[in-house]
Formats: sequence, C-alpha cells, structure tokens
Amino acid sequence: MTKYIGQRLVQALLTLILITLIVFFMMRLLPGDPLLIYLGQRAELHDMTDEALEELRKEFGLDKPIMVQYVNWVAGALRLDLGTSIFYREDVGTLMKERFPITLYLGCIAMAVSTTAGILIGLLAAVRRGAWPDKIISPLTYIGVTIPAFWLGIILIYVFAQKLGWLPVSGFTSPFKDFVQSTRQIILPVICLSAFGVASTARQMRSSMLEVLPQDYIRTAWAKGLSERVIIIKHALKNSLIPVITLIGVGFRVMIGGSVLVETVFAIPGVGRLMVSSIFSQDYVVVQALTLVIAVLVLLINLVIDLFYGWLDPRIRYN
Amino acid sequence: MSDGPAVIGKAATVANFQEAPPRISEWKRFRRVFFGRGMVVVGSLILLCVFLTAIFAPWLAPYDPYKPGVGNPLEKPSKRHLLGTDNLGRDQLSRLIFGARTAILVGFVSVIIAAVIGITLGIAAGYSRGPANPLIMRLMDALMCFPNILLALVIAAILGGSIVNVIVALTVALIPTYARVACGLTLSVREYDYVLASRLMGFGNFYIMFRHVLPNVFPPIMVLVTLQLGAAILAEAGLSFLGIGIEPPGAAWGAMVSDGYQYMMSNPVLSLAPGLAIMLTGFAFNMVGDGLRDAVDPRLRGLL
Amino acid sequence: MALLRVEDLKTYFQTDAGLVKAVDGVSFTVNEQEIVGVVGESGCGKSVSWLSVMSLINPPGKIMGGKVLFEGKNLLEYTRHSPEMRAVRGAKISMIFQEPMTSLNPVLTVGEQVSEMLRWHLKMNDKEAKERTLYLMNLVGIPDAKNRYDDYPHQFSGGMRQRMMIVMAMSCNPRLVIADEPTTALDVTTQAQLLELLNEMVKEFQSSLVLITHNLGVVARYAHRIYVMYAGRVVEEGKAEDIFERPQHPYTIGLLKCTPRLDEEEGRELEPITGLPPNLINMPPTCAFLPRCKYRKERCAEEPWPPLFPVGPDHYARCLLHENAEGRVNMND
Repeated sequence: MTKYIGQRLVQALLTLILITLIVFFMMRLLPGDPLLIYLGQRAELHDMTDEALEELRKEFGLDKPIMVQYVNWVAGALRLDLGTSIFYREDVGTLMKERFPITLYLGCIAMAVSTTAGILIGLLAAVRRGAWPDKIISPLTYIGVTIPAFWLGIILIYVFAQKLGWLPVSGFTSPFKDFVQSTRQIILPVICLSAFGVASTARQMRSSMLEVLPQDYIRTAWAKGLSERVIIIKHALKNSLIPVITLIGVGFRVMIGGSVLVETVFAIPGVGRLMVSSIFSQDYVVVQALTLVIAVLVLLINLVIDLFYGWLDPRIRYN
Repeated sequence: MSDGPAVIGKAATVANFQEAPPRISEWKRFRRVFFGRGMVVVGSLILLCVFLTAIFAPWLAPYDPYKPGVGNPLEKPSKRHLLGTDNLGRDQLSRLIFGARTAILVGFVSVIIAAVIGITLGIAAGYSRGPANPLIMRLMDALMCFPNILLALVIAAILGGSIVNVIVALTVALIPTYARVACGLTLSVREYDYVLASRLMGFGNFYIMFRHVLPNVFPPIMVLVTLQLGAAILAEAGLSFLGIGIEPPGAAWGAMVSDGYQYMMSNPVLSLAPGLAIMLTGFAFNMVGDGLRDAVDPRLRGLL
Repeated sequence: MALLRVEDLKTYFQTDAGLVKAVDGVSFTVNEQEIVGVVGESGCGKSVSWLSVMSLINPPGKIMGGKVLFEGKNLLEYTRHSPEMRAVRGAKISMIFQEPMTSLNPVLTVGEQVSEMLRWHLKMNDKEAKERTLYLMNLVGIPDAKNRYDDYPHQFSGGMRQRMMIVMAMSCNPRLVIADEPTTALDVTTQAQLLELLNEMVKEFQSSLVLITHNLGVVARYAHRIYVMYAGRVVEEGKAEDIFERPQHPYTIGLLKCTPRLDEEEGRELEPITGLPPNLINMPPTCAFLPRCKYRKERCAEEPWPPLFPVGPDHYARCLLHENAEGRVNMND
C-alpha cells in the first residue's frame, strides 16, 4: 500500500508540474505582446512610448527569461498570489474566495446526489434486469448522458419556474442567510449539474453489477445459504463499485465543466460564471488563475479517488 | 463443430457429433448483435437523418437560413414557417437544417484529428519501454484534469472564437482519451506471443506497431470515435451556447438555444427545437457506439 | 440408511440453438458417511445434476422434474431462494467448487468468508465464529492461521485457497459435502494432499461426500460407490471395486482403458475412446454412446436407450448387452 501511495503521489506531482506548464504556456500563445495578458486586449500599446512599455514589462517581470517568468509565476501561485484582475481591479485570490465556495457548495451536493442516486438506480436496474425498472431506467440513462446541461436548465426554468411558478427562476442566496430560499434556488441547478453524473454512474453500476453477478464467488455465496440481500450488498456491491469509483473522478471533471454553463443559465455568481465573463472581458489573469485552480482541484479529487480505490480493492492494497 | 469438450450451462456450446451446423460468419454475427437492439436501430436511423440533412442542407432548407426578414420577427410556427422565425425574422427550420452541418463538421473534423494524434501518442507510449511512456501518459493525465469545455473555452478565447479554433480546442480536449485507450490496448497486445515472435524474428518496432498493434487497437477505437462524436457535438453546442465558435450569421444549435432563450415565454419552440436536435444527435451517437461495442467485442464494456 | 435420494432428476437449458437436456432423468443415492464418486466427461451433466440438488441452477437452466429427498423432505418443492432452501445450503449440504482462484470473494478476508456462515446458520457471535474458524483452519493445516485469518484470497496459493473452501464447506458441520472437481485446477502433488484431507475431514465430521470428477484415478482410492454418467444419464453404477474390476458398460470400459493406473503391471496400452461426446440438442432416442461404441449391435440403433439392467449385486448398467443375465462382459476380451 505504501508503495502504491508513493507511486500515486509521484505521478500526481509530475502531472501537477505539467499542468502548471500547460496553463503558463497556453497563455503565451496569445497573439501579440505578452503584456496583453496583464493589460487586456484593449490596452492601446501602440500609443505608448518604448520607455513606458519597458517600464510595464519590468513591472510584470516580462524582461526576464521565460523560464524565470514561469518559476516566478509558480512561486506566486504557491503563495496564493495569483495576480490582479484588470477588470475587477481586485486580487484574484479575493475574487475566488467569494465565488469558489458557491461553486463547490453546488458541486458537492450534485456529486453526492449523482453518486448515491446513480449507484442505487444502477443497482436496481441490474438486480431486476429485464423487468420493468430496468426497462425504464436504461433508456433514461442514455438521455441523461446526452442531454445538454444548459438546455435541461432552460426547460426546467420554463416548466418549474415560469409555467408552474414553484421555484425561483435564477440567482443564488447563501444558505446561511436564508436557508429556505437558498435551497429553493439550488434545486434546479443541482438537477442540471447531476444529470450526467446520475446517468453515467447508473449505467456503469448496472453493467459492472451484471458482470459481477455471474462470478464464481457469487455462486459460492449462494451455496453458503446466504440471503439475496446479503449477497448483493456484501458480496457483489463492493466488487462492482470498483469500476464505478473511477468514474466519479470523470464525473467531477464533467460537472465542473458543466458549472460554466449551468451558472450562466441560472445566473449563479460562482467560478464558472466568473470564467465566462473573464473570457469575454479578456481578463487573462483571472482566466489563467481559474484554469490552474480548477485543474489542480480535479487532480486532487482524482488522487483521493485513486487512494480510495486502493483501499477498496485489497489486490491493490497489498501489492 | 467444436473440437473441445463442451461445458453445459456455462456456455451454450455443445459439441455436435453427427453433423456440424454452419458456423455463423463474423459479419452475420455482427449484424445480429448490432441490430438486435431496437434502440440501436433507432440511433442508426437518427444518425442517417442527421447526415443526410447535413449533406443536403441547401436543398432541404425552405429558405435562406442567413437572410433576415423572410418572415416577420418571432413568428409562431405556421405552415409557412414550420418552426417559426427568430427575432430577425429568419426561418428557424432552415437554420436548424444548416446547424446540422456545423455540428457534423466540427464533430467529425475534431474527433478524427484527435483520434490520429491520440492513437499515435498512445501506441508510442504503450510500446516504448523508455521514458516516453511516463512522459506521454502524465501529459495526458494533465490534459485530462481540464474539463473539456473549459479547455476548449480557454483555447478558443486565446486564439479567437472562429470555427477553426473551436475545432482546434475540441481536438486538444479529446486527444487524451484516445491516447489512454490506445496505450492500454498496446500494453496488452505487446505481450501477445505473436508480437514477441515477430520481435524475435528481428522485425523493427515500427513494422510491428503497424502490422500487429494497430489492427488490434483499431476496432475499439472505432467504437470510441463514435462515442466521442456525441461528446464533441455536445461540447460544440456548449461553446456556441456561450457565444464562442460560429460567426454571427452562421447557424449553430447551441447558439440557437441561447438566442431563443430570451423569447422562451412567447415562443418556446425557438429554444426547444435546436436543443432537441443536440440531444437526439448525442443520443444517437451514444446508442450506435454502444451497439458497435457490443457487436465488436463485449469485453470492451469496462474499458470504453 | 439413505441420507439423500435423487429420483429421476431432469434439468434442461433453453439455448439459442435449442433445448439442451443436460440432465435427463438421473437417480442417485448417498448413504450416511458414504463417499460417492460421480464420473464422466465434461458436459455429461455431472455438475449440473449436483447444482440442481442445491437449487443453484440459473436461467436459462431449469429443473424440469424429479425429486431430491433429503431428511424426509423433497428439496425441489422449495423455491430456489426460499428460506427453507437457504437453511439447507451451506448448513446441511455444502459445496466445494472447482476453481479455488475465483470461488472466493476477492474483497473479503478469508476468515470473514467462513465466519459469516457460522453467524448466519449457527447464530454464533463474532468471537465464537472467529474461534471456530481458526480451529478449522488449523485442522486443515493452514499454517499461522491466526495471522492469515485477515488475509485476502489473492494472498493465498491455489492449494491454500482450496483448503479454505474445505474449511467453509465443513464449517457448519454439514451432513453432505458435494465436491465438484475439487482438485482439477491444482497441481498433482497438491491434488493428492487435498483429496486425503477431504477424506479425513468427512470422516472427522461424519459427513457424506460426493466427489464429482472426470478423472477415474481420483475416485479410485476413496469412493465407496461410483456413478458413471454419459450424455445426461447414469450409464453404470456400482460399488467401486465392481466398477474398476468388472465394468459392464462399454463407456466405463472405454474410460478405464484410457486411464493409467499406478497399481498395475507394465505393458498395458492405453486406448482412447474414439469420436466426440454427443450434441445434447435434438438427441436421438437411441443410446447416446452408440456412435462411439465398440460393442454395438444392429439392434442398438433400433431400440430406445435401455433402462439400467442389474449386472451384479448393487451393480447396474444401461446397455442392451445386459438385457439377459448371461450377457456379462469381460473388459479384457
């Protein structure tokens, strides 16, 4: 197990370094003067004198060799100094501090919903294979993985907010301020965010359960005289969860990506919406910082899942 | 028929003594499994429609999709305009038909380029015993940490929001999956005896990769391509919904959903129709991909 | 006295290609503390019949008829996973499977896989269950049982896993143990050890044992009585010595002629049985062994498969040769 953890940590570290390189150099692909990253595309550089430009370059450290610039940027990121937004004229760290909790709050609820609902639904479909629950669930899971999150959001708003008036159209309130209102507001976004996760988890769960049930060790369990409940929950579930767990990492990544769209549709002031607005206002410092933070977050989640995977599967734990 | 002893109950292959029933050909078996499920047939039909619509768009569309004022702005669906008109008075059905072109074009080009690059990287990584493997695979891991839509958004934002840049962005986002699958498959094929034998006979790495590894990697990749086409079309729709990709007069389903959203209360079909088109196309690619997978090799279930 | 009587059991599989009559009217008797060998080629229905006894046949398989009489009850009257059937499985009749590598659950410790049965059937608490498991692990010769209790199956060798399967099978002190090819997947030296162990265990626990195998050599040493199966039916049954010394069915003779024995003089040539086992779909009503039989007569192709004729004391064979009492065969002819 120690070897497995060590291996995973080294891999994660390597991946982390590559992530920082990708984010840093991707920004340098921006056509034109790299100063534009810090000043915005609309900065009228050609009106400036050479001295003024030189001054600015120095200020942002752009006069140094590119590798030094990279190291400085990473060092800054490690100190949580991610630069200053040109649009908001605010420290990027501060901007994120307001918005990340909102995205993560919604994200965590959506993850919890998609994992538990997905596993239960998939389990039901597998155990009652071919019977009516399976016949309803299977086509629904196909729709769930292919329905565009933004379109689902629009339909939900149209039906539940505009036509029926049961739920608010959009917006976000902190649950600490007004819990009821907050909960009413997050119901529709959470459905949109978790649709893919529920469907893909259920699908994976169903097929991996169907793979486990004919195994020899399940026959052994039957031969031992155990009940169906014990066999499914104790003998089959843990085995069939192993491939499902890996999928949760993918689900998290898709969900963070989806929050860009869902937060736009529901006007939720999270990082997804910040990302979109920063791209349109060409606020590259914010884009760079958000991209880095989101990628690192996905990396960490995947690392945790890998370790959990090791715990779940003794064949990995003891090798 | 079978020359080994039969196992009853586990597999229904029972040795026949008197007469050998004809062996079902691979192609026949493929067809039986593939078309055996109603959903796969439905998916295939939807895809056929989408392809034909994309190819024959100019002949199918009743009006010029880019020309404003062929009707009054925001007309309700009628005989003249089956899906109504948008806020500029353009025929929504014509725009929907031309939107299929955008979706198929962006989807196909990005998926094919991503497949070629990804497979090459994956086979190289899987076949190499040197530092190429960890390096390529960690790079793929790193790319996989960026949500597809985010990566595409950032790339499109940096390079500009043209359709070519959307294709570039989606390509980059799709490469890692191919590389991973190809690498995993190569690693297992590499250990096959005939690959070893080929190596012992002194054939070069490139020859072995082309002669033995590629054919083994190909069928699962075909399945992956089909599944990824659905994903690419969804991602393209997401980008165009946010306003990135196709330039204003052009028609893209995502952008149409976004444009129609403002008029949801008065004319919901403006937003519903293109959304349904996105979903059905994605659904069809997924169904066909799944059908292909089960027909090609059901053991791939865990992998793809 | 008979512990278990199986009467006219039929188990069919509905496959794409047609109806497979995997087991077509077999009867067995197992007496108290008896070791019964069931011998036949792969696909002859020997495993399926005993899985049917345990009601462990999954669709597309179905038990079509017959009786399984055990302790005065017909087990086939219970539904497949009814509480009554579950109370028999594992507790009164237990089973050891062929593949020790895949028959243990990879994500549960070996100790737990035994203890859960003790808690389930005998209502033991955690401590009692663990103690009994450790006792049994010692008994079957698993070294360092205390530390290995919490190990996972993949940390055990094939032989050790099969020992754990024996522990599991013996845990609730069953009346009958069904061992389905218990040693086939193991190497030869381990095979002998495990058979010896199994023999000791059923003696120790005063259980009966059904030893299912395709290998006559395996049953030669331990079985009291033997059933020889072919194409879903019993073709010969009798005391072990009768089967080995005076086989009466052409198939049994063929089997013996192609089995090497350690206790015989040198020089006998092994003869294979020519041809292949029959396709169980659309079987003709005639003797299924007919196409491969060296003793066949013209009448064999006209008559349906005959019943079991008595050929000696407690010795029966399903062959027209024995229609009349004087038809005995000497295998060395």
